[in-house]
Amino acid sequence: MAKTKNDLLPSEGGFGNEPLLAVDNLHVEFHTRAGVVKAVNGVSYSLSAGETLAVLGESGSGKSVTAQAIMGILDMPPAVIPKGEVRFRGTDLLRLSEDARTQVRGQRIAMIFQDALSSLNPVFTVGWQISEMFRVHRGMSKRDAMKKAVELMERVRIPAAKQRVNDYPHQFSGGMRQRIMIAMAIALDPEVLIADEPTTALDVTVQAQIMELLADLQRESNMGLILITHDLGVVADVADKIAVMYGGRIVENAPVHDIYKAPAHPYTKGLLESIPRVDLKGQELYAIKGLPPNLLDMPSGCAFNPRCPYRQDNCVTDVPPLHEISGVRSSACHYWREVLDGS
Amino acid sequence: MSSSVASPPQSGGRHQKKQNDKPASLWSDAWYDLRRKPAFVISAILIGVLLLMAIWPTLFSSVDPRACDLSVARQAPSAGHLFGRDNLGCDVYSRTIHAARNSIVIGVLTTVLVAVIGGLLGMVAAFYASMTDTVLSRLTEIFFAIPGILGALLIASTFRDQINSILLVIVSLTVLSWPMTFRIMRAAVITAKNQDFVVAARALGAGPSRLMFRHLLPNALAPVIVVSTINLGVFIAAEAALSFLGVGVQSPDISWGLMISDARDRFLDAPLPLIFPAVFLSITVLAFIMLGDAVRDALDPKLR
Amino acid sequence: MGRYVIRRLLQAIPVLLGATLLIFAIVFALPGDPIRALAGEKPPSPQVVEVLREQYHLNDPLLLQYWYYISGVLFRGDFGTTFQNVPVGDLMKATFPTTLQLALTALMIQAVIGVGLGLWAALRRGKAEDTMILASTLILISVPTLVSGFVLQLLLGVKLGLFPIAGTSEGWYSFLLPGFVLAGGSIAYLTRLTRTSLVETLRSDYIRTAVAKGMNRRRVVGRHGLRNALIPLVTFLGADLGNLMGGAVITERIFNINGVGSLLIRGVYERQQPIVVGVVTALVLVYILANLVVDLMYAVLDPRIRYE
Repeated sequence: MAKTKNDLLPSEGGFGNEPLLAVDNLHVEFHTRAGVVKAVNGVSYSLSAGETLAVLGESGSGKSVTAQAIMGILDMPPAVIPKGEVRFRGTDLLRLSEDARTQVRGQRIAMIFQDALSSLNPVFTVGWQISEMFRVHRGMSKRDAMKKAVELMERVRIPAAKQRVNDYPHQFSGGMRQRIMIAMAIALDPEVLIADEPTTALDVTVQAQIMELLADLQRESNMGLILITHDLGVVADVADKIAVMYGGRIVENAPVHDIYKAPAHPYTKGLLESIPRVDLKGQELYAIKGLPPNLLDMPSGCAFNPRCPYRQDNCVTDVPPLHEISGVRSSACHYWREVLDGS
Repeated sequence: MSSSVASPPQSGGRHQKKQNDKPASLWSDAWYDLRRKPAFVISAILIGVLLLMAIWPTLFSSVDPRACDLSVARQAPSAGHLFGRDNLGCDVYSRTIHAARNSIVIGVLTTVLVAVIGGLLGMVAAFYASMTDTVLSRLTEIFFAIPGILGALLIASTFRDQINSILLVIVSLTVLSWPMTFRIMRAAVITAKNQDFVVAARALGAGPSRLMFRHLLPNALAPVIVVSTINLGVFIAAEAALSFLGVGVQSPDISWGLMISDARDRFLDAPLPLIFPAVFLSITVLAFIMLGDAVRDALDPKLR
Repeated sequence: MGRYVIRRLLQAIPVLLGATLLIFAIVFALPGDPIRALAGEKPPSPQVVEVLREQYHLNDPLLLQYWYYISGVLFRGDFGTTFQNVPVGDLMKATFPTTLQLALTALMIQAVIGVGLGLWAALRRGKAEDTMILASTLILISVPTLVSGFVLQLLLGVKLGLFPIAGTSEGWYSFLLPGFVLAGGSIAYLTRLTRTSLVETLRSDYIRTAVAKGMNRRRVVGRHGLRNALIPLVTFLGADLGNLMGGAVITERIFNINGVGSLLIRGVYERQQPIVVGVVTALVLVYILANLVVDLMYAVLDPRIRYE
């Protein structure tokens, strides 16, 4: 669809096959009193228009930090980005001035968060918060911006939008609040939407509605969607491809169907086996043994080795590179063949 | 730079060597932090000197604070009389030193009384909840509606001449101040009450007094200690204010507030007899408030 | 909103009655002869004793005595009379505006300096300015009014001649120095509160949202942050008005200002308990009223309370 863009960035990818968004060898560290926390260690992934990438991992895996680095909303300090690039239509966002980045945030790359209640400002009406996008970024009058806010609330299917536009966040239910967050995020037709655990805080039935809404909105506008989650169940229906993160690294990259069919990393495998399944009712639920790694004191070699059933001696000494399995798949496991065959 | 907020990954602190969940290590951690804080060291030294001054004033001054000679009133400082003499010709230095005892005694006793009364009632209110809590909490609201210095002034002026003036100051300040400790203790106990180990102890049949003193008190003590330390400084300042207004410590007892009050009339042409006790008073208050600040920072690292 | 207001009003009534009863009881319900306590050491004339007995209904039970007094205060503005038969209410009417002006001056000073320093410290958190501001709040809190009053009077009034030393003859200008002295500790508290409040607000999720929306730092801090951080500050300022009025006793005495504080001290020195009880009761009423106003302002500022 046609969009009016500001001139800070090239509007179409000018570098041949450059995807819409590419994260390349990104490193993020937090310099804390207790020491340097290496939260993200060389993450790369890419996203095309109309594509949905699910980033999967438990808390502390670096999935949210990567997203915040893309948005440029990390607190720096304590966060430091020693290496890496975040290219949006070929331009490295990390090298832009703060002013230029502010022009990208919200307008071209938008983000929604897990807890919509705390993420919405409690003292402003939802209409004010949505219309702010139009007033600040498009210079619209209060009235016009408010009209736009109502339209957006209708678009994210909030009933009686016109009456509710002057209500405050705490007057809405959890699912409705997340819709308001979404309305705010898609207000200016961003090319990329990052959703950080958008349904984690919600009831199961509401979760499905929100996921459906996100999928519909994506289809309508052809935006790229990064869906961050720890829940494999959520992503199966909507994602095109999955990046699994562990200990600040990507351990497996694959199209969504391949991963469900045959995981190529022991961690992914463990995650899949720990999903409750109706057909295996009565059996003991599988759980990955051990604890997530301490980012202050990472295990040597492969970060997953203390918890890994496939561990061999070299897992403790050598960091596994991301082995290419096929054009679209890769796994950071020395024994990915065994894992792939075993499933 | 980018402005907002992202917390480091949660697992970051999970395997730290120090364990923060047991009270014993809370205290040892706090002590470890405290010893390295200049504010703590300075205030501890100041308080040490003040305590010495209160216990053994003759160590600092051999001059009798009550030996006064009108013919040398307002004499400038000299070798034998470091701070000069006041309106009645008494030695300002010696009086300033000897006044420390009353301030410290009043400060410490009031603090202890307030902590014990407010703390006990707060614990009882939080522990028994329901009616006990309602009644006590409403009662504190009533006390809170009377600004501290006014209430103390009212009590002190009413009972003046009927009991010992130092005792009266302590009682006046205690009556008006316990509700603050009450609230802090109550809130802390309510929090502690719902922690698993207390619920477990209760389930195992621990009686009320054992629950309160063995399980709840140690976990609710930190905020009370912090506020008590700060209060000590506040009470010393309040004593000076009451004495200055004529309803606190009475002559022949010596107090910084009383000295300030006495020196007031000739202050503009002879400021020193007022300045010296004023400086001692300020430093004393500062020492305790600084100590309280340091202790709070050490006990509650979140607030840093 | 309406229900909230009514509930707050209803909650204030028992506090008001309880606090005034407490004051009344302390002074008039003591063991011993209340008239002796009332009149002090000088034995009062039989006439005076009679007037006092009449006035305070001393032959009635305490609660009834109290009821006569408080209903007079609340419904007729009658605070009783002094031993010279001057209505205490008239004495207060003459002095209250002065103290109110002093307290309001102090409130303004602390709002400007306290909020200003607090914001500065918060935006420079961890830097040298922040450390210096925090250190100076420690000193502001620690130096009692008693000390800062005399010292500033000597330095700024006498030595430098910048401010009048005493009295209120130079209008609002003569309230500046005493106002600052009175505000002293509160400035420090407000500075710390502002700093903590803004730092905490800037850490919250909705600030991250505002940044993610592409708002610039100015708008994020000034519009999204400040609006929330202000709520506890307004609460503190309102509640502090009552404290400042009460605390004015010492400041008024240092600077020879003829306000209710001076009236109160006169009552104490002359042992005129009707004045003491009257002034303290009036100040407690102001205090409760100020807190009530704060509660209402809270509801205006925070929609979560308004739509309970």
